[in-house]
Amino acid sequence: MAILTVREALQQALHEAMQDERVFIIGEDIGHYGSTYGVTAGFLEKYGPERIRDAPIAEAGILGLATGAAMAGMRPIAEIMSVNFSLLAFDIIINHAAKIYSMFGGKFSVPLVMRTTNGWTQLSATHSQSFDAMFAYIPGLKVVAPATPADMKGMFRAAMADPDPVIFIEHTLMYGVKGEVPDGDYIVPIGKSVLAREGRHLTVVTYSRMVHLSLQAAELLAQEGIEVEVVDLRTLRPLDMSVALESFKKTNHAVVVTEDWQSYGTSAEIATRLYEAGFDYLDAPIQRVNFREVPMPYAKNLEQQVVVTTERIVAAIKKVLNRS
Amino acid sequence: MQKQRGSTKAVTSATQSVRSSMTSTPFTRALEHLGADQLVEYYRQMMLIRRFEEKCQEMYTRSKIGGFLHLYVGEEATGVGAISNLQPQDHVFTHYRDHGHAIARGLDINPLMAELFGKDTGCSRGMGGSMHFADVTKNFWGGYAIVGSHLLLADGVALQCKMQKTNGVVMVFFGDGATNGGEFYEALNFAQLWKLPVVFVCENNLFAMGTPLEVHSSVTEIYRKANAFDMKSMRIDGNDLLGVREQVGEAVEHARSGKGPVLVEAMTYRFRGHSAQDTQKYRSKEDVEKHRSADPLEAYRKLLIDEEICPASRLDAIDVQIDVEVDASVEFADNSPVPGNEWLTDAGIYAAPLETLTVDPTLV
Ligand SMILES: Cc1ncc(C[n+]2csc(CCOP(=O)(O)OP(=O)(O)O)c2C)c(N)n1
Ligand SMILES: [Mg+2]
Repeated sequence: MAILTVREALQQALHEAMQDERVFIIGEDIGHYGSTYGVTAGFLEKYGPERIRDAPIAEAGILGLATGAAMAGMRPIAEIMSVNFSLLAFDIIINHAAKIYSMFGGKFSVPLVMRTTNGWTQLSATHSQSFDAMFAYIPGLKVVAPATPADMKGMFRAAMADPDPVIFIEHTLMYGVKGEVPDGDYIVPIGKSVLAREGRHLTVVTYSRMVHLSLQAAELLAQEGIEVEVVDLRTLRPLDMSVALESFKKTNHAVVVTEDWQSYGTSAEIATRLYEAGFDYLDAPIQRVNFREVPMPYAKNLEQQVVVTTERIVAAIKKVLNRS
Repeated sequence: MQKQRGSTKAVTSATQSVRSSMTSTPFTRALEHLGADQLVEYYRQMMLIRRFEEKCQEMYTRSKIGGFLHLYVGEEATGVGAISNLQPQDHVFTHYRDHGHAIARGLDINPLMAELFGKDTGCSRGMGGSMHFADVTKNFWGGYAIVGSHLLLADGVALQCKMQKTNGVVMVFFGDGATNGGEFYEALNFAQLWKLPVVFVCENNLFAMGTPLEVHSSVTEIYRKANAFDMKSMRIDGNDLLGVREQVGEAVEHARSGKGPVLVEAMTYRFRGHSAQDTQKYRSKEDVEKHRSADPLEAYRKLLIDEEICPASRLDAIDVQIDVEVDASVEFADNSPVPGNEWLTDAGIYAAPLETLTVDPTLV
């Protein structure tokens, strides 16, 4: 075990992946620039430009080439600097990468990993979005969004071993988060959720950066005698609700926390699953905490009100427990 | 933009010193056509951009400005020279590195600084920040932060100019890195196919973020990319203000006269990092110093003094005046209110909000 940041855990996972000669990384500013968020810093020097491919600003091209190379036996890692730019590659991702296995009768597949980032910090409307729901909507994609350094490493390993296209969602505000990471070979399967904290009064169902905020909220509420259980979904497609439902049957109360818009967003699906399978255990309506549904403003006073905060999570929990 | 005559005295003395060299240059022609005062005005614009941005950097360090900050320092001659050819009915589109273009188009710096401070008095009401300056009263349609896409919007405005016969021309700025994505090729093809009045100005500063030109583009002479569309194109020295003015002027006339679009590749260099976050590992200090020693602003100042267009003392006085204006913009921004919470309601996201609300006001 070592204490690593998310960034370091990912670096370890990527170095491990590079042991396989079929693996190469393609993306913007991953080499000469030194990597936008530092994850591939030093990779160009170590592996050379054949395998660390600084790409032109052409997201459709990056995903298109990665998809083709994957079909023919390479193991590409395509990096899209910010998920907002992935929109330019949606045709490739949705019409091609996600369809090819099924559409050609299962004769070949697309073992591709696309790494990308969610995040915001006064970057305004086009640079602060989440498209988690748009990826997770697509049958044929596997979508993961781990929260801890250990899961980053373990799930990246799983993503690389997977024969299907995997969207691997990171978060710009999470690279410095620290945690224990097992040494050496470590794999965390895709499609398995996990309990991040035990409690008995209410279940928070969440993933990615929101796990950390939910844990903070749980910590605060513990001082008031409210014991919150936190479920980290880790994977959005396929969505494993077993841990969340188990917890819900015990607590009978739930809050869903996701860092995206509410209408048609990931929380809509998660809450629906809770209602459908957990109706008999429901003691109060489920609350959701999300981005407010506006294009992200630049001004800090407004941005602060749009994003999810620990205070908003606490308020939602109290509302469900009727203890505000 | 404005064609003013300089004082006769300055013109006479300068014309003499130029006459002694006996050659016609962009400088002699500009002097003849515009007069000395206008040449000094270009200096003022370049210096205003420079000092405004130096202040931006300072305010960013003091956390008065957030988000991404992409400075134009070193590239001023391209923006000022190119935009000097535009008439009020013309249009400007640009990318996130938009401060210089906005100032060259005549946007008041108070609302620009206020925008950077995220204030209600900002040119985009504090909603857009550094990457999204706009002023529709000046047909300055904004800075766009998704690389390449705005070229197509520029084509669209040019289509309006053509269909409604406004005699307007659209000038759109973008980087070398923006010439590799599909939108660039779509925009060039549409524009040439339909003979749209667009001047595409590629500011080739040799890097796309930290990726060198030769690493990101198979053809490093960007202007040649127009050949695939039989489009007129040119490569120019983007650091020579009067050269830019004259050559882009030809491109503007070409577009205005209905002959179709032009791709201009202006060779320039940014002195600062790509954004305020950039550690600049991809280029050496010596390289940056080499370019800094050929600072287009310094070169232009020297030209004005050497050719006796304007004494150094008057230029110094202009600099002092600019400092006063820039400080005043900070004060204006500081004293302005922040935008109100109506931006978090339907009224903030739709021009025509409906009765059925998108934004749930009861949201926790
Ligand atoms: C579609 C898209 N991909 C990536 C980015 C991230 N990005 C912003 S600016 C930039 C480099 C652009 O370089 P260039 O076009 O040469 O313009 P310069 O910044 O040099 O003026 C990149 C990669 C983006 N904003 N949009
Ligand atoms: Mg560039």
